[in-house]
Amino acid sequence: MQASVIASTATQARKLCAEEIKEIEHEMQLYPDKQAVGLEALKIVQKHQGWVSDESLLGISKFLDIPVSDLESVATFFNLVYRQPVGRNVILFCNSVSCWIMGSESMRSYINGKLDIDFGGTTDNGDFTFLPVPCLGDCDHAPVMMVGDDLHRNLTEGKVDEIFSEYKSKE
Amino acid sequence: MAKIVIDGIEYEVNPNNNLLQECLSQGLDLPYFCWHPCMGSVGACRQCAVKQYRDTEDKEGMLVMACMTPASEGSIISVEDPQAKDMRERVIESLMISHPHDCPVCEEGGECHLQDMTLMSGHNYRRYDKKKVTHRNQYLGPFINHEMNRCITCYRCVRFYDDYAGGTDLSAQASHHHTYFGRHEEGVLESEFSGNLVEVCPTGVFTDKAFSSNYARKWDLQTAPSVCTGCAIGCNTTPGERYGSLRRIVNRYNSEINGYFICDRGRFGFDYVNSEERIEAPLARKEGQLAVVPKGQLQSAIDTFQGSDVIGIASPRASNESNFALRCLVGDENFYSGISDAEHEATQLILSLAKDSAFNAPSVRQIELADAVIIVGEDVTNVAPRIALALRQSVRNKAKELAEGCNIPQWQDAAVRELAQHDRSPLAILSSYATRLDDIASDIVIDSPTEIANIASAVANRISGHAPAASSDEASVAQIAAQLIEAKRPLVIAGSTSGSVSQLQAAANIARALNEKRGDVIDLCLLVSEVNTIGMSLLVNERNSLGAALEKISNGQTKKAIVLENDLYRRAAKQKIDEAFQKVEMLVIDQLPSATTAKASLVLPSTSFSEQESTYVNYEGRAQLSFQVHRNHAAALPAWRWLSDQQSGDIESLINRCAEEAKNFDKLDDLLPDLNQFVAGMKIPRQSHRYSGRTAMKANLNVHEPKQPVDDQSVMSFSMEGIPATKDSAVLGAAWSPAWNSNQSISKFQEEINGDLKQSHVGELLIERNETGSYLSLDQRPNNLNENLQVAVAYQIFGSDELSAKSNTIQERMTDAYVALSPKDAKSLDLNQGDSVSLDGNGNIAIACIRSKMKQGTVAVYCGDNDIDRHSLGTTIALSKVTEAKMKRGIQGLIVSDLCEEGY
Repeated sequence: MQASVIASTATQARKLCAEEIKEIEHEMQLYPDKQAVGLEALKIVQKHQGWVSDESLLGISKFLDIPVSDLESVATFFNLVYRQPVGRNVILFCNSVSCWIMGSESMRSYINGKLDIDFGGTTDNGDFTFLPVPCLGDCDHAPVMMVGDDLHRNLTEGKVDEIFSEYKSKE
Repeated sequence: MAKIVIDGIEYEVNPNNNLLQECLSQGLDLPYFCWHPCMGSVGACRQCAVKQYRDTEDKEGMLVMACMTPASEGSIISVEDPQAKDMRERVIESLMISHPHDCPVCEEGGECHLQDMTLMSGHNYRRYDKKKVTHRNQYLGPFINHEMNRCITCYRCVRFYDDYAGGTDLSAQASHHHTYFGRHEEGVLESEFSGNLVEVCPTGVFTDKAFSSNYARKWDLQTAPSVCTGCAIGCNTTPGERYGSLRRIVNRYNSEINGYFICDRGRFGFDYVNSEERIEAPLARKEGQLAVVPKGQLQSAIDTFQGSDVIGIASPRASNESNFALRCLVGDENFYSGISDAEHEATQLILSLAKDSAFNAPSVRQIELADAVIIVGEDVTNVAPRIALALRQSVRNKAKELAEGCNIPQWQDAAVRELAQHDRSPLAILSSYATRLDDIASDIVIDSPTEIANIASAVANRISGHAPAASSDEASVAQIAAQLIEAKRPLVIAGSTSGSVSQLQAAANIARALNEKRGDVIDLCLLVSEVNTIGMSLLVNERNSLGAALEKISNGQTKKAIVLENDLYRRAAKQKIDEAFQKVEMLVIDQLPSATTAKASLVLPSTSFSEQESTYVNYEGRAQLSFQVHRNHAAALPAWRWLSDQQSGDIESLINRCAEEAKNFDKLDDLLPDLNQFVAGMKIPRQSHRYSGRTAMKANLNVHEPKQPVDDQSVMSFSMEGIPATKDSAVLGAAWSPAWNSNQSISKFQEEINGDLKQSHVGELLIERNETGSYLSLDQRPNNLNENLQVAVAYQIFGSDELSAKSNTIQERMTDAYVALSPKDAKSLDLNQGDSVSLDGNGNIAIACIRSKMKQGTVAVYCGDNDIDRHSLGTTIALSKVTEAKMKRGIQGLIVSDLCEEGY
């Protein structure tokens, strides 16, 4: 299938950077056709840019020669492909049943108060974005959350304070 | 056939279909959303749940989705089972959770599949009283409105738009309760078939934007069965009228031609009928100006155009009746073709091939059956769009074959597509520019028009050595030839619109070589440009070309001409026409003013396609009858009526006379329905039984209710009275059946799902095939080998057809005339994308359109709405950059795959 990026936005496509192209080309060797590389390409771009902008989406569409609407279809299907800018650290907070039983609601309101953001929000200084996820597969240590790539278990208010200060001090 | 039991009654069904389709074929009511008769099943909506029992002992049964269950021998099911009914009621309740229930302001209301199914499922009380999910709507161009809140996520839109029609800019986005169907950003829907979303969507997410701004409910529209006049396919349509204006066009099912879908030119290209520019009264030239002819002087003015020296010029966009009436008036010898000489020559060849018993002219349905196709020189998407949609189905025959090998039923749509991935039946496209079918083609050869003819010849010669020798170093020749030889049902497509007779001859040779090699009748689909090109050409003597008429005028052999619905400036070089018009006095009959009416001494207004009953002959030689939908509010008459004795005669007797007198037309009168075949000889109403406001709609003019106009010409009446088409569909305008208000009611009129309509016919094939032909030697005109560029003609679905280009809706999608050329040629001529270019320096200005896949040395010229005098251009032209800009619309709206970006 041929991409027909409409004229109005084709020029807005971002040129992918050399590292992105290198990684995408590696993935292309592993799949039978370009269409299948779409999701991997989205993940690669997100890794490098933090999120997938419209310009990046068009850039991938152009690079892989697949319709941008197909790519958007994939990008919007997966909650963890960010189509809006996110903070430097993304908090994935489990709001599923085990964590709920173990008091995740009070933990949520604690984080809410501490960072002044609720689900979907990003702190003004761009440090954190707060998102719910259905389950992190670690129910025996509920309540749990991820910050960036790290999993944090058995959350308490004190532990949350500690975690956040740690990420802040990282910068 | 298999026997199955539904609610205790035994039915004979086709085991190759699913239970839902067979229930509907049997006339049973079973609600559904995601299933579509020609898109198969995906089991997305869960609405068609029925109870299936293992055997007669099984009293429990289990719930199954009828659309996902084969109708296999011995199946025992229940539609009426309380559990199944309860399931269906709950499913629709959940689908409707966020539906806004805005039927009173929704354009779909009254013909809404969702309304029908809700009622049928018994969901009549909404328990959900929480906040509904809402969406932001998108601007989707001038054709389609978007109202996502109404969506019930059946996925039919993307299944039609992407899977069936090959669109790339509409997709399903996000997931669960916020699934969204739209573009990645706002913008015009690119597909030439986007209008079908209006009919495919079971509710009001995608609605007809042009209709919306000039709206009436389905039951308030006056309708009649009609035929689209946008191109030579002759798709069946149902136009709807209210308050004297034509409001919309929808598809009308014809199993052989358009099935369930029409193109956007056909759907949106009608509103020239309502144009304020329509000629409303007879006009005569007085002191150089056209002025309304005073009453009483008209007949004498018309009478001056009688006599043996008056010639008549026919029209490919006029009906058979009008052309025939003109022929009767001026006589055979004085009746001339109304198409360009080159097109006349090509059409004559097409007619001779149409009589050849080695070939078959495939209907659109038959085109879908082809499993190897070669297109020689035709831009099918822009010339005969509905066939392009059929070709997209033909390449899926490979998938169907694979599915058969794996025992997957054909109706398992998602499974069949998943199995085939990118495997397609072969489609070879030989063209001078990239086309909109390239994405499904197996072989694409882009070259100059002469080289395309040569390559096609080489393919013919490769298939059979008896075909004229031709050599080409094109690598794919052998492969294309092999694909056509090995196919079960090969198809060759060519036509007159490429403007190259040699391409047509070469294509005919391919078909003949296949016939010789394989010994079976070969599908040879020959496209012509206008609705009645074939009908007109059958009535005209071969030697009576337009050129011969112009010569007769310039010789002074005739001083008077009658021009029927034709702007001759579109048919020959302007200079030639200008010269002729100075020497001749003209009577021109037409709907809209044109450059030709401007030179006439007498202009008579004619009715549009929807204001008259008429017959047209399509590309296959299939004659079809189109009924009058509404009356012309001014003094326009059908052209045939101006041309024959106005006081007497009706359309039926004219059709009968044409059938008797005109060669090849002897089956034309079979198209006429006989009033005796209807209940008690009663007429068929054009208005529905719910038609509202008839007593009040003219109250602003007069409080007395006017008498309904009487139609003594037709089996249809301008009223609600009479016997409407119920299950008898001999004359079926808008389909309606109790409990089925939407277009899905068509299943009640079909013999079986996707079968013929009960009691109707699909038109009459006029041309008999009883001749045997031989290979044609190629008519390669000497190509003056100079620095110039070889010209191919390009077309646009929105703009190339004269009448639809006068419609406001279509105009929003039109582009200026352009000349497409390769980046290398552009560079050597110092042209940038969008520059103004002079063609041959004779006043023809076009916009440079640099396309990466153009062959160096070839340009494709799109003439816009006759903005470029095409017939003055030779086979080669010189281009030069000019500073004067003549931009009206630009080429921003152009949808091609290989447009170079700025600074290529």
